[in-house]
Amino acid sequence: MHIEIAGESAVIVYFAQEISPLGASQVSAAFKRLEAAPHGIITDLIPSYTSLLVAYDSSLMSSLDITRYLRQQLSDLVVDVDDSADSSVVYVPVYYGEEVGVDLIEVSHQTGLDVNSIITTHTTTEYRVYAIGFAPGFAYLGLTEPQLKVSRRSTPRLKVPRGSVALADNQTAIYPSVSPGGWQIIGRTPMTLVDWSSSPITPFHVGGRVRFRAIDRQEYLDLGGEFDGV
Amino acid sequence: MGFKVINPGLLTTIQDNGRFGHQHMGVTTGGPLDEYSFTWANHLLGNTTGAAVLEITFGGLEILAQINTNIAVTGADLGATINGERIEHWRTHRVKAGDRLKFHSPETGLRAYLAVSGGFETPQLLGSCSTVMREGIGGLVSDGTKLKPEDWLPCAEAPPQQVNAVSAEDIPDYRKNLELGLIEGYQIADFSSEQLRRFFSSEYQITPDIDRMGYRLKGEAISASRSGIISEGIAAGAVQIPADGQPIVLMCDRQTIGGYPKLGCISRLGMAQLAQRGPGSRVRFYPMDVSMAQAQRLAFKRHLKLFDFQNFA
Repeated sequence: MHIEIAGESAVIVYFAQEISPLGASQVSAAFKRLEAAPHGIITDLIPSYTSLLVAYDSSLMSSLDITRYLRQQLSDLVVDVDDSADSSVVYVPVYYGEEVGVDLIEVSHQTGLDVNSIITTHTTTEYRVYAIGFAPGFAYLGLTEPQLKVSRRSTPRLKVPRGSVALADNQTAIYPSVSPGGWQIIGRTPMTLVDWSSSPITPFHVGGRVRFRAIDRQEYLDLGGEFDGV
Repeated sequence: MGFKVINPGLLTTIQDNGRFGHQHMGVTTGGPLDEYSFTWANHLLGNTTGAAVLEITFGGLEILAQINTNIAVTGADLGATINGERIEHWRTHRVKAGDRLKFHSPETGLRAYLAVSGGFETPQLLGSCSTVMREGIGGLVSDGTKLKPEDWLPCAEAPPQQVNAVSAEDIPDYRKNLELGLIEGYQIADFSSEQLRRFFSSEYQITPDIDRMGYRLKGEAISASRSGIISEGIAAGAVQIPADGQPIVLMCDRQTIGGYPKLGCISRLGMAQLAQRGPGSRVRFYPMDVSMAQAQRLAFKRHLKLFDFQNFA
């Protein structure tokens, strides 16, 4: 673990050099520990793949103080690599039809898998939420099976429909709201992934687990799925 | 009751302190780009420090008062008028029902802040009413839209107060070339001493590509020993170096995580200064110790206390 300054009122704690389940578990454990810190000192926490950004109120603590505090809080962190038992799995229903999975053919070309194999491979893995960012509730899920590895689109789309399930590199994600995006779209979920009036606003949290479940066109419609472009 | 929007101008948004404690779900902070002017605007009226104000970018705003209240205008000089009469900024003014308040175009600076007694009464979402257009949250009806014609700006009637003004030495001169302190951190070790010398000795120009998310600069290209990093949390004011080597300073509506190497961050007061500079303005950087940045911000807050504007007439 090492700590770097990240501006006037933040420091960033690095746990690992490379993306790995162990590093991710350390980040989750540190996040949980610091969520319980005395109210008002820490103003924001941003867990990511290998690091945790800690924003703090610099009128209460100097950067030396917060660094000392973090060392003391995080030195005896017990990390369970298999921390999946801590978190319930979020099941995401996905309609993998070509009318919504507009890049299925492209993904098939890139991976050499037929559409059915893509769906089977995508739904077999239990994914870990490595980070949430890009947009509210946009969860970076990993890692996908090596045979599903695809490159991003060379030209990003200006508007990716809400609920689009997509692949890029060795990760998968769902666009919670309409936004620009360059990932390869393989399906769409009718599930609401950002609800500003609920608490928390998204069913995902860093360190949580996610599985996809294939549904047919009728179930997609029954669950409120839509077909409009954006 | 409150103010009616006749013309929203180019970009006028509701801002308070910002939205904190939700970045782990990808929700950015928002908040005033120029914290210095924002803080003064509320302080002049004796408001709570984070009361909701208007951030008026580039002018064009025209609003009609339906109530009697007090206003304070700080930040950029956008040629503000009440009923066609020029008003001084960095001070309070009395406004009566029927008065027409107009912001024209920038004479100095880029963003003006308009506060009213008691603040605008706007709904909170996740503890803040700050507008983040990209996320579709905050603002008058919590949907992230900027002001539109016919919008209502709700605020309460207020009794007259004494005229309060910011003293001349506390009013920034936005025409001056800017020197920004860089608090080194993040991937600073990935930049060679030669690259850092180049960064600190070069003059950068602000490009037209500036918004509430970030400020793109143009000048000597800087390169890190790594072109990308594992995505990580981005702090306010972070100076990132993308593949083309041209620095981007990340502002209040930044994405919460990103994968470009960063030299460190500028201070909150530095961001306030940068936010008032437009395309073509020149910027230089110098290394600044984090304790100095923290001390300057504390000194500013303490300095405000010398001017206790609570004594209403």
